[in-house]
Amino acid sequence: MISLTINGKEVQTPQGSTILEACQQAGIPIPTLCYDPDLRLAGSCRMCLVEIKGRPLYAASCVTPAENGIVVETESPGIVAARKVILELLSARHNFNCQVCEKNGNCKFQDYCYQYGIKESRYDYGEETNYPINDCNPFIERDYNKCIMCTRCVRACEEISIARAINVENRGHHAKIATAFDGNLADSPCVFCGQCIMVCPTGALTSKVSAGLGRAYEVDKVLTTCSYCGTGCTLELNVKNDCVVGVTSNRTVTGSPVNKGALCVKGRFGWDFINSPDRLTTPLIKENGQFRAAGWDEALDLVAKRLGEIKTEFGPDSMAVFTSARVTNEENYVAQKFTRAVLGTNNVDHCARL
Amino acid sequence: MTNSIGELEKDARCIFVIGSNTTENHPVIGMKIKKNVLYNGARLIVADPRRTDLAKIADVYMPHQPGSDVALVNAMMNVIINEGLANHDFIAQHTEGYEDMAAVISKFTPEYAEPITGVPAEDIRKAARLYAQSGSAAICYAMGLTQHRTGTDNVKSVCNLAMLTGNIGRPGTGVDPLRGQNNVQGACDMGGLPNVFTAYQAVTNDAAREKFEKAWGVPLSGQNGLVLTDVINKAHHGEIKALYVVGENPLMSDPELEHVEEALGKVDFVVVQDIFLSETAKYADVVLPSACFAEKDGTFSNTERRVQRVRKAVSAPGEARTDWEIMCEVATRMGYPMSYENSEQIFEEIRTLTPSYAGISYQRIENGSLQWPCPTEEHPGTPYLHKDGNFSRGLGAFTAIDYITPGELSDEKYPLILTTGRSLFHYHTGTMTRRASALNEHVPAAELEINPEQAKALGIAHDGMVRVSTRRGSLEMKAKVTDMVAPGVIFTTFHFAETPANLLTSSEFLDPTAKIPEYKVSAAKVEKI
Ligand code: SF4
Ligand code: SF4
Ligand code: SF4
Ligand code: SF4
Ligand code: FES
Repeated sequence: MISLTINGKEVQTPQGSTILEACQQAGIPIPTLCYDPDLRLAGSCRMCLVEIKGRPLYAASCVTPAENGIVVETESPGIVAARKVILELLSARHNFNCQVCEKNGNCKFQDYCYQYGIKESRYDYGEETNYPINDCNPFIERDYNKCIMCTRCVRACEEISIARAINVENRGHHAKIATAFDGNLADSPCVFCGQCIMVCPTGALTSKVSAGLGRAYEVDKVLTTCSYCGTGCTLELNVKNDCVVGVTSNRTVTGSPVNKGALCVKGRFGWDFINSPDRLTTPLIKENGQFRAAGWDEALDLVAKRLGEIKTEFGPDSMAVFTSARVTNEENYVAQKFTRAVLGTNNVDHCARL
Repeated sequence: MTNSIGELEKDARCIFVIGSNTTENHPVIGMKIKKNVLYNGARLIVADPRRTDLAKIADVYMPHQPGSDVALVNAMMNVIINEGLANHDFIAQHTEGYEDMAAVISKFTPEYAEPITGVPAEDIRKAARLYAQSGSAAICYAMGLTQHRTGTDNVKSVCNLAMLTGNIGRPGTGVDPLRGQNNVQGACDMGGLPNVFTAYQAVTNDAAREKFEKAWGVPLSGQNGLVLTDVINKAHHGEIKALYVVGENPLMSDPELEHVEEALGKVDFVVVQDIFLSETAKYADVVLPSACFAEKDGTFSNTERRVQRVRKAVSAPGEARTDWEIMCEVATRMGYPMSYENSEQIFEEIRTLTPSYAGISYQRIENGSLQWPCPTEEHPGTPYLHKDGNFSRGLGAFTAIDYITPGELSDEKYPLILTTGRSLFHYHTGTMTRRASALNEHVPAAELEINPEQAKALGIAHDGMVRVSTRRGSLEMKAKVTDMVAPGVIFTTFHFAETPANLLTSSEFLDPTAKIPEYKVSAAKVEKI
């Protein structure tokens, strides 16, 4: 352990920590934009600047090692002024329309502008940086007029999804995120996993499937397990008014032991079958070749009666149950118990092989 | 899986992927494998008739003929034995049956396997050496290995390969079947199989049966039940009078759909419990609406034996109820009272009867998960099986396996081999993904993948309509001209009700042990229309 002073308080931190990590362990908030604990450090946005006594330059805390005995200030007037400059520079090319933005209320850029009182920008690039909103896929909306060039999406695509679909194009004020040849995601190696949305700190990348259905502060997040493939990724169902309106990632190791927040296109964007108008809502009984709606009592009595009759007349082994690789363990247990204990046969199987 | 998903990201120094298009079917596992190969220096061997995403970054890619898996793996073992790369300490201490197996292997030189598999002998050698010499090598497979008449043989072959090199019982080694559906593992663990109760306790075992008879308070049958495909066949002969289907869609997923349709038509009473009116539900006498995963509590067990919570987020639509509530109601009305307060109470009953789950409770997995076997509340769970080569049955048994040809062979009339699988954007029979707006918008229909050379010879253009036929039927769809598939092989997916690929597959050739249909090999022809 090493020991350093942050904002006048002595703080202990393991050898090899960065100043940012030392601050986080000590509960001292540091604004960050490009930093992501699961991604390679970029050290590029400079939001996380701190002042170290005796050093002439401010240091980006996410990439600066914590050293024994250093004295750090995180919100000194000089630091605050520097952060304001950064935010104003970013604001100059930002299309603020928070009132309709999916990210409103859950946006780091909005939070920091509020925190540091950025009402208007002193900077003007003279020429518009007005990017068309890329729309040619049903999953992801990219609005680079809200991009702050933190490159988290690029790194997530490269390091978590290993798709390398996007990169930084151009330099300076014209720098932007783009696929090769600045085309559509659908024509790139993109696999629509949405890891880029997961890490984007602003409303530049958002889910089209969830668009307009509810913002972060309106939804409850319920941690559960994906119902598609056998990988068993955990995900959060976003619920508003008893309706699933989106899927987000839980990025902790305990909450998400298999995938640490990474998902695929089915897990992240394939949830709205839940609300499909095709869902069955009442029992159906077939009469003269046509289904008619029925109450539970009628349907259950009919099933019990017919199964009972067939059991008596033809014996238990004339019946079979197909249980499901899709339903829960508890339901599979009940299904085989029902088959064995109630119907009296071992004719129970599911489509594991198919 | 004998081992854990996380090990594929770092511990495995070599990964042999056979019959798994991992980046499309298990995308997040695919990401981990890619990360290991591209950033952590792991070596990658891919054997697949299709040039998958992983094949493109493989150190050795072997596009073997569909159905030639045994020949390919045997030839790799031949190289390993002949070049002195076998782990004889491991074989001596932990296995039996080596001699018999080695005797069969001796004829499978790479040169012998080359014409069978279509893989150059030199590539087989390279793959064998890489796998044997990497220190920790893992094998991943999926339906591409199992959906053959020799599916069981294929799996035993890769187990032979792992034991031959001692690649078992350590992190980053093992034999890892990647399960296709979210809870296949759990359905098997819970005894959703005709021959076993929970945790694979045999119904023919008197002690096991007595235990369940005592717990459930009724006498139980000690005779193995019928597997799914046999149920369909018996139904065809009028011997199945009642069928109760929970959330399955055999009318899309089973081979030779017309056969299934006829069979269902002959069953006196069909009950289907599902979230949608599936193709199968249309044949039901009674349909019972059930809750989907977002509307109930419970657990799923993933492909690495990890038991995780499913949590209720919203109410089920209309009058839909959870599957377990519905079945308890039916049981009770049939004179066997069954009722539980909630899913946790069911899980508590499961624990008492299921040794591998005995140590798992909702409380223990509230903030995390556990991998079975987990026999006691103190047990931390089991990330990898057969630790230090200690097999649960004592010694690991080699199986001597000779190569046999696929059941269906191509001929003049049906000169191509059709193989079926999944797309990244859809899932199984499509009941869910076809109703997920974005997925269905992105990939609205099946395509027939065909090699450019083949397409040219048949006058087929990219996106042009084709008719693909097998001895069972034909379908029309768009062609996708791509070098994903080799000349002679064509591929399509089975998600789409409009073009149900299993109209084309055969139910004639089943794996004799596992009764898996030969989905991956059908003789076929393609015409431009
Ligand atoms: S990205 Fe953030 S700051 Fe920009 S419009 Fe959206 S909510 Fe407002
Ligand atoms: S969706 Fe996934 S693959 Fe596509 S750009 Fe985003 S991170 Fe990359
Ligand atoms: S799109 Fe989002 S994540 Fe990517 S650079 Fe812009 S702000 Fe950062
Ligand atoms: S998110 Fe994708 S990879 Fe993960 S369990 Fe769901 S379907 Fe499988
Ligand atoms: S967060 Fe440290 S430089 Fe961006």
